[in-house]
Amino acid sequence: MAGHKHPSYLKIYFILLVLFVVSVAGPEVAEIFGMEGVSRTILVLVTAFGIALWKAYLVCAYFMHLKFEKIYAPYILLACLSLLLVFFFGTATDAMFSNGHNWVKPYSEEAAAEEAKSRSHGGHDDHGDDHSGDHHEEGDHDGDAHHDGEDKDSH
Amino acid sequence: MAHEIIATGRSRTGIPTGRLAVWWVIGSEILIFGGLISCYLLNRFNHGPSWSVEAANTNTFIGACNTFWLLTSSLFVVFAHAASEKHDAKKTRIWIWLTILLGGFFMGFKTYEYTTEIQHGFTLFTSNFWSFYYTATGLHGFHVVCGMVIMGIIAENDIKHERNWHRVENIGLYWHFVDIIWIFLFPLMYIAK
Amino acid sequence: MAEVTHVDGAHDAHHEHHKPSFWSKYVFSTDHKMIALQYMFTGMAMALIGGYFAYVFRMQLAFPGASIPFFGTLSPAAYNSLVTNHGTIMIFWVAMPVLIAAMGNFLIPLMIGCDDMVFPRVNRLSYQIFLLSAIILIISFFVPGGGFGGAWTAYPPLSAKAEFNATPFGAPMWLIAVTLEIVAFLLGGINFITTVMNARAKGMRMYDIPIIVWMIVIASILFMCSVGPLIAGAVMLLFDQTLGTGFFDGTAGGDPVLWQHLFWFFGHPEVYVVLLPAMGIVGEITCTFARKKLFAYKLILYSTIGLGILSFFVWAHHQFISGVDPRAAYLFTTTTLLISIPVAIVLFAYIATLYGGSIRFTTAMLFALAFTGEFLLGGVTGIWLGSSGVDVYLHDTYFVLAHFHYTFVPIAIIATFAAVYYWYPKMFGRKMNETWGKIHFWGTIVSFNGIFIPLFILGAGGQHRRIYNFQHYPDLAGADMQDMRVFATLSLIVMLAFQVIFIVNFFVSLKRGEKVGNNPWKANTLEWVATSPAPHGNFGATMPEVYRGPYEFSVEGREEDYWPQNEKPSES
Repeated sequence: MAGHKHPSYLKIYFILLVLFVVSVAGPEVAEIFGMEGVSRTILVLVTAFGIALWKAYLVCAYFMHLKFEKIYAPYILLACLSLLLVFFFGTATDAMFSNGHNWVKPYSEEAAAEEAKSRSHGGHDDHGDDHSGDHHEEGDHDGDAHHDGEDKDSH
Repeated sequence: MAHEIIATGRSRTGIPTGRLAVWWVIGSEILIFGGLISCYLLNRFNHGPSWSVEAANTNTFIGACNTFWLLTSSLFVVFAHAASEKHDAKKTRIWIWLTILLGGFFMGFKTYEYTTEIQHGFTLFTSNFWSFYYTATGLHGFHVVCGMVIMGIIAENDIKHERNWHRVENIGLYWHFVDIIWIFLFPLMYIAK
Repeated sequence: MAEVTHVDGAHDAHHEHHKPSFWSKYVFSTDHKMIALQYMFTGMAMALIGGYFAYVFRMQLAFPGASIPFFGTLSPAAYNSLVTNHGTIMIFWVAMPVLIAAMGNFLIPLMIGCDDMVFPRVNRLSYQIFLLSAIILIISFFVPGGGFGGAWTAYPPLSAKAEFNATPFGAPMWLIAVTLEIVAFLLGGINFITTVMNARAKGMRMYDIPIIVWMIVIASILFMCSVGPLIAGAVMLLFDQTLGTGFFDGTAGGDPVLWQHLFWFFGHPEVYVVLLPAMGIVGEITCTFARKKLFAYKLILYSTIGLGILSFFVWAHHQFISGVDPRAAYLFTTTTLLISIPVAIVLFAYIATLYGGSIRFTTAMLFALAFTGEFLLGGVTGIWLGSSGVDVYLHDTYFVLAHFHYTFVPIAIIATFAAVYYWYPKMFGRKMNETWGKIHFWGTIVSFNGIFIPLFILGAGGQHRRIYNFQHYPDLAGADMQDMRVFATLSLIVMLAFQVIFIVNFFVSLKRGEKVGNNPWKANTLEWVATSPAPHGNFGATMPEVYRGPYEFSVEGREEDYWPQNEKPSES
């Protein structure tokens, strides 16, 4: 691959680091400003997943030299990706509809959420002051917020 | 290896055979991890309330550290490739071993993370979220370990004896791919709550 | 194979002269032709096991409860295990290794004019993993609880929990064997694709590649792109089986139907993975023995690519009664009906190749023609099953079973025989006996139809699949239906008996077959340039160059009716 002008690897690396910080900070910002509903979802989606896509693109294009590779290589990867999308959306038409006229569901989402919540409280009590404690705390708030929202919906 | 295979040296596409094969390997890996992540997402959409509570119990700090290790190791492996293009065996080996070291950091943090989680009662069987969490990160960890072993072999078996320089680039491609998988697993498992 | 010697010493110039030991020549060889033979013999051995299983459970259906010769009395659990493993073996350990791995390994380097696969050692590794998987599968028949009996599709919850399938060891071993086999073919497939993309002979452009090589490569790509989600799914199912996770467990919030999607997203392209090499074989043979240029080469090629792409959009037609949304079912019905078009184009192009040719009815040609006819029958019945409305009635009956045997037997048995009769001279330097070959052909074809035509009728009459004893169901226990079952079973025994002729012919011809030159069929493709049997390195010191397409038969103004790809054009 000699003869191509790569941008400096270090430069790409620093861009990646900045993006990484943004992706971690995004949901925290949503937390701090107490964002709810659609705006929060959009913020998390953009900062976590939009930036993940961007990061993946940077790594592919510059670290893996895909931008300078013969056209076959990106086509191979794009073909695999698009077939993955076929799988995802084809399966989603079925897997996303888990209700039928005569379906018995032995699993209750409400009970599972309740159980998960009690589990995370227990976990929180056990390891209140390890270095990940504050994250857990935020996680709990988040869980509560979700649960409250649900209650409002169901009442 | 009775004799040199002519076929291996041919390159009608302009991509060397080894690298072309690595692209296909990566293509098939995209579908393996993609299939797993697709299943995770379909489940996640169906179990939004409970899984977001579960996901809050993952350790974002360690996840973030691990992202940092892998990103940096990606940079190092690119440096190794740049050095190998100049046939600089000493530098190539240093960069490869630094990459392996960061892979070791990753696995060390991962081990600590698994240990604390299991101590707090979040095991493979706690709920389906945790099953997916351990399967996906475990499969990814397996790829990291494989990459580390192969890099060790390349550094000590090939580069030390100044041969098979192209293997540095090929393992580098694989390593970047493992990095990219983590780039997606990190928000899926740790950030999104 | 004792007399498979390296003839023509001059061609051996560039490789080493020491005589390889038995182990390095036959067992740990990296030579693509030896690996191809390893795959072929393993596949044939597994086919005998699969055929024996079919014999045992067909005997049970024809004479329920009776003691079966060479087996004994069959229990319901053993029946399930035999049915499951018959399907698994025939698809994963017979069709795949023989059609893709053996034919691909043998033909690709020879046909594109290079000395070996680009990664010979990966190739050997691929066979060794494959052999390991076969051994694990065979061991699983003898562990406590017996072999896995949850059908070759392994739907959870039956496959996921030992308390349901009662095979605590058989089920995980089956799954591990299948996964290893898939890994073996991933390695092999990447090798095939890379070889064809990068290592073609000088002068061989895209449209100079023989159609079978195209088809094997497209099949490998289909396999690679479809199998990923199943590997992930297999890991998940294995955890469900052995560790007790709940990925596919409805009570834990999992989704059992998700496995069906993972399986059939692979499973349907898999049909085309084995179909394409078979169609390639038939194309080559039809063209050579019609002495005529292949009709519409490019159309066949583009149809095949279209077929490959479409094959990723049809998988849910296996799940019409699994609770798939009817609107989605409508979509999948449409794509399923559409996919019959490219298949039909290819088959009719073969038929058009015959028109106006001077046809030679060798055994290989007879098998190739039989493939075209029988596969059309299998394809046409597929149209009914692809329509979601009709499928609700026919699903899981013997109609489905007869349908896919009408596709798989032509693919895995008939096309394979065609290939063996056709390329045998290149493999061993001798021809198989044509008279016995024709007897084998007629015996196989007639008895094959004798097995499955009754099953179509039984299936349309409502006979359900995977039933141990139909006498327990008053609707299905009538004498007329039972007679048809007995007829099908007797036909199966006749068909198996005729395979003895093939096996004897195969091994006797190794020693006594008529010695032939390098190009006994007067064909054009590059493998016929190499000596028969081809030495290590295939073409000796000078690698061939390609000047024209592979199907220049009966060209006007030439004395001979064929024109090898590597023959230099005369200066004029």
